Amino acid sequence: MREVKVVSSIAKKKGFGATLWDYLTTVDHKKIAILYLAAGGLFFVIGGIEAMLIRIQLAKPDNDFVSAGLFNEIITMHGTTMIFLAAMPILFGYMNAVVPLQIGARDVAFPFLNALGFWMFLFGGIFLNLSWFLGGAPDAGWTSYASLSLASPGHGIDFYALGLQISGAGTYIAGINFLVTIINMRAPGMTYMRMPLMTWTTFVASALILFAFPPLTIGLFFMIFDRMFGANFFDHTMGGNTIIWEHLFWIFGHPEVYILILPAFGIFSEIFALFSRKRLFGYSSMVFAVVLIGFLGFMVWAHHMFTVGLGPTANAIFAVATMAIAVPTGMKIFNWLLTIWGGSIKVTTPMLYALGFIPSFVAGGVTGVMQAAAPLDYQLHDSYFIVAHFHYVIVGGVVLAILAALHLYWPLMFNQMLSEKLGKWTFWFFFIGFHLTFFIQHFLGLMGMPRRVFTFGANQGWDLFNAISSFGAIFMAIGVIILVVNIIITVVKNEKVGNDPWEDGRTLEWAIPQPVPFYNFKQTPLVRGLDTFWIEKQEGNKEGMTYAEPLSDIHMPNNSFIPFVMTFGLFVAAFGALYNGEKDWAIPVLVLGLAITLTSMAVRSLKDDHGYHIHKEDLMDDEGGKK
Amino acid sequence: MNMITIMKEGFDLAMMKGLKKWRLFSLLAALTIFLSGCGEEYLSTLTPAGQVGRDQFNLLLLSSAIMALVIIVVVIIYVVALVKFRRSKVGENVIPKQVEGSHTLEVIWTAIPIVLLLILAVPTVMYTYKHADVSAMDNVDEEGNKTAVTVNVTAKLYWWEFEYPDLGIVTAQELVVPTGEKVYFNLKAADVKHSFWIPTAGGKMDTNVENVNQFYLEFDKESAGLKDGVFYGKCAELCGPSHALMDFKVKTLDRDDFNSWAEAMKTTVHTAEGDLATQGEEIFNTSCIACHATSGAGSTGGVGPNLAAFGDRNRVAGFMTHDEESLKKWINNPQEYKPGNLMPQPEKINNGEKFSEEQLDALAEYLMGLSVEK
Amino acid sequence: MDFNKKYTPQSWPDHPEQSTLEGKNKFLGFWLFLGGETVLFASLFATYLALKNKGPSGMEFSTNTLFELPLVFVMTMLLLTSSLTSVYAMYHMKNHNFRGMQTWLAITVILGLAFLGFEIYEFNHYVHLGFTYGQSAFSSSFFTLVGTHGLHVVIGLGWIILLMVRNAKRGFSLYNAPKYYTASLYWHFIDVVWVFIFTVVYLMGVVG
Repeated sequence: MREVKVVSSIAKKKGFGATLWDYLTTVDHKKIAILYLAAGGLFFVIGGIEAMLIRIQLAKPDNDFVSAGLFNEIITMHGTTMIFLAAMPILFGYMNAVVPLQIGARDVAFPFLNALGFWMFLFGGIFLNLSWFLGGAPDAGWTSYASLSLASPGHGIDFYALGLQISGAGTYIAGINFLVTIINMRAPGMTYMRMPLMTWTTFVASALILFAFPPLTIGLFFMIFDRMFGANFFDHTMGGNTIIWEHLFWIFGHPEVYILILPAFGIFSEIFALFSRKRLFGYSSMVFAVVLIGFLGFMVWAHHMFTVGLGPTANAIFAVATMAIAVPTGMKIFNWLLTIWGGSIKVTTPMLYALGFIPSFVAGGVTGVMQAAAPLDYQLHDSYFIVAHFHYVIVGGVVLAILAALHLYWPLMFNQMLSEKLGKWTFWFFFIGFHLTFFIQHFLGLMGMPRRVFTFGANQGWDLFNAISSFGAIFMAIGVIILVVNIIITVVKNEKVGNDPWEDGRTLEWAIPQPVPFYNFKQTPLVRGLDTFWIEKQEGNKEGMTYAEPLSDIHMPNNSFIPFVMTFGLFVAAFGALYNGEKDWAIPVLVLGLAITLTSMAVRSLKDDHGYHIHKEDLMDDEGGKK
Repeated sequence: MNMITIMKEGFDLAMMKGLKKWRLFSLLAALTIFLSGCGEEYLSTLTPAGQVGRDQFNLLLLSSAIMALVIIVVVIIYVVALVKFRRSKVGENVIPKQVEGSHTLEVIWTAIPIVLLLILAVPTVMYTYKHADVSAMDNVDEEGNKTAVTVNVTAKLYWWEFEYPDLGIVTAQELVVPTGEKVYFNLKAADVKHSFWIPTAGGKMDTNVENVNQFYLEFDKESAGLKDGVFYGKCAELCGPSHALMDFKVKTLDRDDFNSWAEAMKTTVHTAEGDLATQGEEIFNTSCIACHATSGAGSTGGVGPNLAAFGDRNRVAGFMTHDEESLKKWINNPQEYKPGNLMPQPEKINNGEKFSEEQLDALAEYLMGLSVEK
Repeated sequence: MDFNKKYTPQSWPDHPEQSTLEGKNKFLGFWLFLGGETVLFASLFATYLALKNKGPSGMEFSTNTLFELPLVFVMTMLLLTSSLTSVYAMYHMKNHNFRGMQTWLAITVILGLAFLGFEIYEFNHYVHLGFTYGQSAFSSSFFTLVGTHGLHVVIGLGWIILLMVRNAKRGFSLYNAPKYYTASLYWHFIDVVWVFIFTVVYLMGVVG
């Protein structure tokens, strides 16, 4: 067992090389959070550029800004990138940054796997995006329905299937990690019903990941086997059935959107309470609603398939089940409203986003209920009405939450504060642009405009509304640019803010001294109730925490380069699989890649890694900064 | 007619619940007026052209009204909270009362949404079964002839084939149907998944490759009064690069006119009139006839769209203007106009060369002359 | 936590695999992973049920004629017994009997290898009949379902062998006890999946 003398937990001035190596080998949830945020943010910008290209092409009828085939690639990559490579990873970033601190833990249950999950997401995303340069991106939509994707020439779909397989495995690992962390590693006194909503929603979303990703894995394997190894899952001339893909995809796909929205709900629960100086109204109902939404989320997948011809009984059952989800969701909206009611509302940037979320998400949710009415959905499905709906719930729900959390948790993650002024400018540009772009799309759908069309004929009554929709996109772009400027200025200024910068923090993550020591808690805290930090503050406890144990040695995990290498092996192997049959080097490359992965797995298993200990004497000297 | 139904429905609801559902049907009324102004009557779902579309439009109104009610309640609470409880108003150093929750409120905002959803669920389930009822498709009269018109729709890359199996005719790109009765459809795809959608008439149904889907639509009035004389149809499932260009058109005729049309399609023999058209016919019989039939009598299975009565159609290739110039451009370079479509470039079938201007004129003259109406 | 601490059979905890935080985490994490694997196999089963006997018109293969129950019965007995022997191994682990555990694990591996041998023979036989992977939707779904299970058997065997070899010299500790335990959990899981395969694919295919 190695012993490490900790001189100071405040970061020493390290060289660039040392910092790079630190991040390449880190297993610390706080650093992994930063990695997720940065990588997810990069993919968000890429997805945003793809969105701008779409709206430029559709700004006027019969446009030829991009060709038909290229347009299909752009819409596919826009959707796939935004959902898998931007929204989910950024949410994982926040979960990593916040949840261990909220439950009083020193890290997640499996720090090594945490790092592995990140690298798998990143390499999967890189692999998928390399398709742009290697013969064309996938072009069958993010849903990649079987008959079209089997027929798609070139390797685009193969990049999609293999890239998502790797990325998805990373997500799956992260899901298990959070489940075990939350179940096993809560601080003493933190019963399930004292967990903050951010932790609860992470918990339920992780359970959804556990059960929703396997069907996607299977579907992607079927797609890979059909395209590359001559299988016949989807080939109807050989007895196969393309509807199987649809079922597998949506059994994954519907829980997926709840995986996206539940953490967003968690973030907003934290924000509404903090910035109203009031506890969350109806905590137990809110927890119940989250669990119920998660459960019902598995029962409704065929509402994406109302027009497939499953028959009236199937359609009727799924219609009613889908409507049911509106009940717990609506319950949450009312509980949030009653949280701010009677409170002391401070409209900071995070609160501004939360306030913008309420009307936006409600609008998206009600169109969802409309679509649940199956015969009405026969009109709405695959039209711009659906595009409007899902952008309202995803942008109005998930993206607003992501931007809100960026401001809320920036001081927690970086000991700095993003500019409130620039933050509010970003909000207004983004919010106005978002509504301009997507509200009008409801009407385009009702007026007969199908989705995934690279152009539209003039004089069908669609010209003006499409122009307005494209115009709105400019505002959103400006908002994002201001945000980037905000981030750069803040990082350069590097003004320290200390802990509890929002002053009304209620939960444990705000109690920790800033900058956060790498071991999180010197002594494991004792949780005395819901909103435990608030309780301590109200009682005049300057420290903000009561402790459950005396100072003692802390056991920490070692850094490791193995997760990076393991994932790199899979990345290499994926190229071999992709070019199998076409290039001579394909099989050797496949074998080489798998060998790299298996060897690094063997090294990990065979070489014992027991971590190291920090001695309590060193902890006593150690000062975390307090404001 | 339907306004009265809607009003009646709203009134019934008001009686039923004893709540302030007068708001509901006045909302319904306002919505109908507002919404029907949007879009083109040959294309918009907001100007339904048949009973199926009307049923679905009613669901739109009902669900919109219910949802509008919810939105109003949320907005009121939201605005009042923001106005009354801002920190500047409440005081900088005030710690508000920490309220745990309210059991009563939780019950209320659970029960009322459930009731509202039930109101929506009942007509939803009703219409789901109603719109799936194709039992009358097989009805026959005393002589054993089918009473209903059935169309076998085959969706292909990137065109639509319409076969009338009971009438022995087949056509493409332009669907002709009778008004005032249920028209039944058997839907299938020949290559990849597409989706058959006539927005004004009603919702869509996917055309799958492995099974036949069935549904019906009704058409109230003849399409002759519309802007282009046709209703518009769209493909509604991403099928490749030219998915956006896979339009079809729908011509509706009263039953007698429809019967005449069907007869003409079955029996009319086209003879090319004039030298140019005859020349065109010769070129056609050399290069085109392998894929394109020109006779309306027949059944499914053509490699390319059936061109019977091509001169009567509304569009070239489903979406281009129906004139000689567009037709010539299309024939000489199909890939440019519909990327990825399966019609060979002229070089493939004309000894490695494009058609000359003269040849194109001849072909156009011939094709435009194919008619059952003239 | 001192991982080098030496235990006697008396001081060895009753549940060594859950006596450390790491052990508890691995125990729970692995059960959750098996939950996800259950959904994975459920998807494969659902697909198989949808596609069984479906193929190009005039296809001569069907579940009634293709499968031979006697062979599959022997395979089932081998795998079920290997599950039993892995239980004995865990019993010895709980009683701090390293030699006992290693012995029963070795028997488990031998039974597992025998199962695999028969399965390879079975697949080979089908291929010779013309029932190849790409022959039909039926064949693709059959080989994917049963083959994925077989792959899991291979992984399980590799895992157990690796543990046996790695720890042969150093015996038990609270560090490797959870590893043995999760490996045996995995082995039980693939046994349960095989019971479903035997029933749904072979029994129902021949008799149903």
